[in-house]
Amino acid sequence: MLPSSRLMAQGKRAIPGTLVFDGDAAQAGYALNAMCYSFNSLANRQAFAADEEGYMERFHLTPEQKDAVRQRNVLGMLAAGGNVYYLAKLAGIFGLNVQDLGALQTGMSLEEFKAALLEHSVTETRVAQDGRLAA
Amino acid sequence: MSKICGGIFTSHVPGIGKAIAQNLQNDPYWKPFFDGFDPIHRWLAAEKPDVAVVFYNDHGLNFFLDKMPTFAIGAANEYRHEDEGWGIAFARPFQGHADLSWHIIEHVVASEFDPVMCQAMTVDHAVAVPFELCWPGKDAFPTKLIPIAINTVQHPLPSPKRCHDLGKAVGRAIESWGGNEKVVIFGTGGLSHQLEGERAGHINVDYDKFCLRNLAPDPEALLQHDTLDIVELAGSQGVEILNWIAARGALTGSVRELASNYHVPISNTAAATVLLSHSERVLA
Repeated sequence: MLPSSRLMAQGKRAIPGTLVFDGDAAQAGYALNAMCYSFNSLANRQAFAADEEGYMERFHLTPEQKDAVRQRNVLGMLAAGGNVYYLAKLAGIFGLNVQDLGALQTGMSLEEFKAALLEHSVTETRVAQDGRLAA
Repeated sequence: MSKICGGIFTSHVPGIGKAIAQNLQNDPYWKPFFDGFDPIHRWLAAEKPDVAVVFYNDHGLNFFLDKMPTFAIGAANEYRHEDEGWGIAFARPFQGHADLSWHIIEHVVASEFDPVMCQAMTVDHAVAVPFELCWPGKDAFPTKLIPIAINTVQHPLPSPKRCHDLGKAVGRAIESWGGNEKVVIFGTGGLSHQLEGERAGHINVDYDKFCLRNLAPDPEALLQHDTLDIVELAGSQGVEILNWIAARGALTGSVRELASNYHVPISNTAAATVLLSHSERVLA
């Protein structure tokens, strides 16, 4: 992620802890995201699992992107232009869901990350009086 | 003439699809969310809409960054959900309504919108999960689909006002269609959530409640924030509220909230489900 000072120097708005996936990120991350998009296909997921290095080479990942993938470093992938919607497909190959990703990025254990979400716990329900809703 | 009978607004978290596949509707973690669909099931059984026009965002199934449309309207007679990378593909196909799609396209382009027109497209969990929630089981869906994709992935995103105006144009298009279809509008995604970065797990109950409070009576209140404001308030995926704003725009007549269910958390998301009824004239 770009430091706030650099974002502001570029006239961009800095949102704490948040990467806005703009044109700069999209250009930087194109190869990594293209590889992840290919994982919609089971055959491609299997090809990656069988030969990670060869598969990354096929999609022309940058050295920074390759290192982040090798290290399973989610924040590194984001810094290299990865977009989470595509990275989620790569995470799936590693057996990680979005809650695992959340824990990895925030430095919490999975249980701590889930507990942090539960701190917001609320359920509010309203149902109007209406004949079409009668049981 | 076609009529819009109401709007259904719901989160579309992929994990909900997994919970459906595993029959976890009565599991203590999931039940408070799934219970929000009881009134919607009864309403759908009473209203029996013919067509669902669904405002949603694609997460990298049909669209990639090589060609990313701001707005895209499906104009096919059938759509399918496919593997998004996790091996789950919902089997039931979605029947389309190409003639009504083209009518909507004609109308919104005449209203100075410039959508991409898609005669072949797959639809991801943002369409499939809401359909599975609304019409559970194995039977063919009783309601046809017209998907309208809004870019919530690649910034710059369309402004909330632009999305709301698109929704209005779609609503007017439906009501000017010569058929006698009954149409329900869907807005999917949200509410607050953020999957990536150091702020992953961000939830904003205050902003969500603001949206839920104003959706029916004063949707323009939601237009006071621009897209980056919404990213800051609701999280980088909470900006999917744009789909709700567009869908609410399509309800141009008299609107009333019939049901609302807000439940935090589902996965990393503040989940919500809202049912609004819509009629062109004020009811006596």
